[in-house]
Amino acid sequence: MKKHTLSVTVENKPGVLTRVTTVIRRRGYNIESLTVGQTENPSISRITLVVTGDDRIIEQVTKQLYKLVDVIKIIDITDERSVERELVLVKVKADTSVRSEIVQIVDIFRGRIVDIGRSSLIIEATGDSGKIDAIEEALAPFGIIELVRTGKVAMVRGGK
Amino acid sequence: MNMRGAEILLHCLKEEGVDTVFGYPGGAVLPIYDALYASDIRHILARHEQGAVHAAEGYARASGKVGVCFATSGPGATNLVTGIADAYMDSIPLVCFTGQVGTSLIGRDAFQEADICGITLPITKHNYLVEKTEDVPRVVKEAFYIARTNRPGPVVVDLPKDIMEKSIDFEPSEVEVSLRGYRVMKGFNAGQVVSAVEMIKGAERPVIYCGGGVIGANAAPELTELAQKRKIPVTNTLMGIGCFPANDYLYLGMLGMHGTRYANYAIGECDVLVAVGVRFDDRVTGHLEHFAPHAKVIHIDIDAAEIGKNVAVDIPIVGDVKEVLAAINGRLEPVEEFGEWHKTIDRWKEEFPMRYGPSAEGRIMPQHVVEKIYDITGGEAIITTEVGQNQMWSAQYFKGKHPRSFITSGGLGTMGFGFPAAIGAKIACPDKVVIDIAGDGSIQMNIQELGTATQYKLPVIICILNNQFLGMVRQWQGLFYGGRYSFTDIEHQPDFVKLAEAYGAVGIRVKEADQVEAALRQALEVKDRPVIIDFWVDREANVYPMVPPGAALFNMLGGD
Repeated sequence: MKKHTLSVTVENKPGVLTRVTTVIRRRGYNIESLTVGQTENPSISRITLVVTGDDRIIEQVTKQLYKLVDVIKIIDITDERSVERELVLVKVKADTSVRSEIVQIVDIFRGRIVDIGRSSLIIEATGDSGKIDAIEEALAPFGIIELVRTGKVAMVRGGK
Repeated sequence: MNMRGAEILLHCLKEEGVDTVFGYPGGAVLPIYDALYASDIRHILARHEQGAVHAAEGYARASGKVGVCFATSGPGATNLVTGIADAYMDSIPLVCFTGQVGTSLIGRDAFQEADICGITLPITKHNYLVEKTEDVPRVVKEAFYIARTNRPGPVVVDLPKDIMEKSIDFEPSEVEVSLRGYRVMKGFNAGQVVSAVEMIKGAERPVIYCGGGVIGANAAPELTELAQKRKIPVTNTLMGIGCFPANDYLYLGMLGMHGTRYANYAIGECDVLVAVGVRFDDRVTGHLEHFAPHAKVIHIDIDAAEIGKNVAVDIPIVGDVKEVLAAINGRLEPVEEFGEWHKTIDRWKEEFPMRYGPSAEGRIMPQHVVEKIYDITGGEAIITTEVGQNQMWSAQYFKGKHPRSFITSGGLGTMGFGFPAAIGAKIACPDKVVIDIAGDGSIQMNIQELGTATQYKLPVIICILNNQFLGMVRQWQGLFYGGRYSFTDIEHQPDFVKLAEAYGAVGIRVKEADQVEAALRQALEVKDRPVIIDFWVDREANVYPMVPPGAALFNMLGGD
């Protein structure tokens, strides 16, 4: 079992996301993460799906999705040379005694502090899933109040 | 030209070659029905929307054309759901037009509002909520195109009332289908065809396993040619009945749970399995590990998602079954002799023929009724079935010769399907004898369609194999639940003869085996109304042979 990242190009129409997720649910597969947004062509959206499964499962997911009229193209970019990014917002407990330590950590991960409260900070960071996991781990000892991750977006490198 | 949305809709239907629709009016479809009033499209008024959609299915299954039905919003639309799911499972081309509340009311829980697009999402090939009157021509064109191409299936088009009322300037013109996410399958992998041909040539114990996909692709002649050219024994699924002539020496009958012993044994022993237009359904394969354990598998299907879904395949060929089979046939030389393999099969056929005993209760045996129907019609009738024992006995004992002449709810197993489907089939093929082989349970699920059949003077014959049980469930209770017949005894029944007469149909009751033939002959004489024949059959006759659910195909009960 392995995590697969599928880049699914779809018609930008109401209900298309429901169609995609319905197929996946109906066939009994689980979505690890899903992001969706408009592409450079406003009539097309891209869904980036992370699904766990062996090759047979991924093949079935792909074939079943292709049967949807609104699905234009699917690329499994797991083994492609690609750029993958996630964005995370973390609200972390930060009284004055630990703020400088947190700022250092944020710098190391090239994150940004985007909000300062009386006893908390909101930190923004982007990176591949591994880096986001690492930031989460590094900030955990201070006490994470709230955390939100976007899920993965990805793009194949080079001319493809 | 200034036209209302509803008029544009009917215009577009005619452009698609639609001459008959099945439906039921209601508030949200008033504009459409108003336009129908002045239209020459034939509208068949069902007595329940489920009757309308199954009739549309029967029409599609018998004719190969797209079936069309109309229903109003809310309950009208939800009453279609079973038929839509049925068509989806059996890959039947259908376009269902549902009324919807006006666009300003959508999402406000208006009277008779239901989100039919949401409800039918997992059971349609595609669906549409039409948002502009201007979109009607494009949506209708796409709906029919999607329904009938590639692997066929049902499409729902939801039409808000105001969209149908609104008049726009409309000039009829050619509409081009342009769907970047949906391409019609063209061609196939020629290299795979060469490999398949080599595999077939090298086979010592080949078997063809074919299903509804062959009928859907109108590929019965090509399949028959392949079998006869290479002397390959043929077994079919329930959905595949009629894609190979049952009176041919090479025919093995149906396989699977209620298949013949020799078909299932042949699957167990074969070295090459040519699977055509099939999906390796659990009712066919039994325990997957023991299905065709010695065979290399060639799988030909239009739907790439079926390849490798349930079993690993050695040579997959995705493409139109008719084209692929023609290509294979073109590369194969005929063989003359029947080899050892046929002797083995002959021995099985001799040792384990399909047979049934006399009735323990001295009643008519249900299988006898089916055999008589076959004899008297010479196998030339269109048979529809309900679901359960009646369906399996029909599959086993009616030796269908032609594609589209055995119409049954295969995948979904919908009780109440057979009678409305028979109405649709009779309308599609008025010159053919159409007989619904029913159970006393199933027939009561859409019995109201007697109103439809009498109104349109349709001489459909309903043969009820009446054992006063929900027989198939009772059979399982007998075999697997210690004979505890929980709620399957339906001795409390209407008088089917009087019921028929109340509707203006003909009712006949038969209690003796020697009167079966006379009753059928009498029914065949009736030309202007439906006939119910209520056959009182053995109450506890079981369908055999039987592979218990989840068991290997060779572990059959009965028929030995």
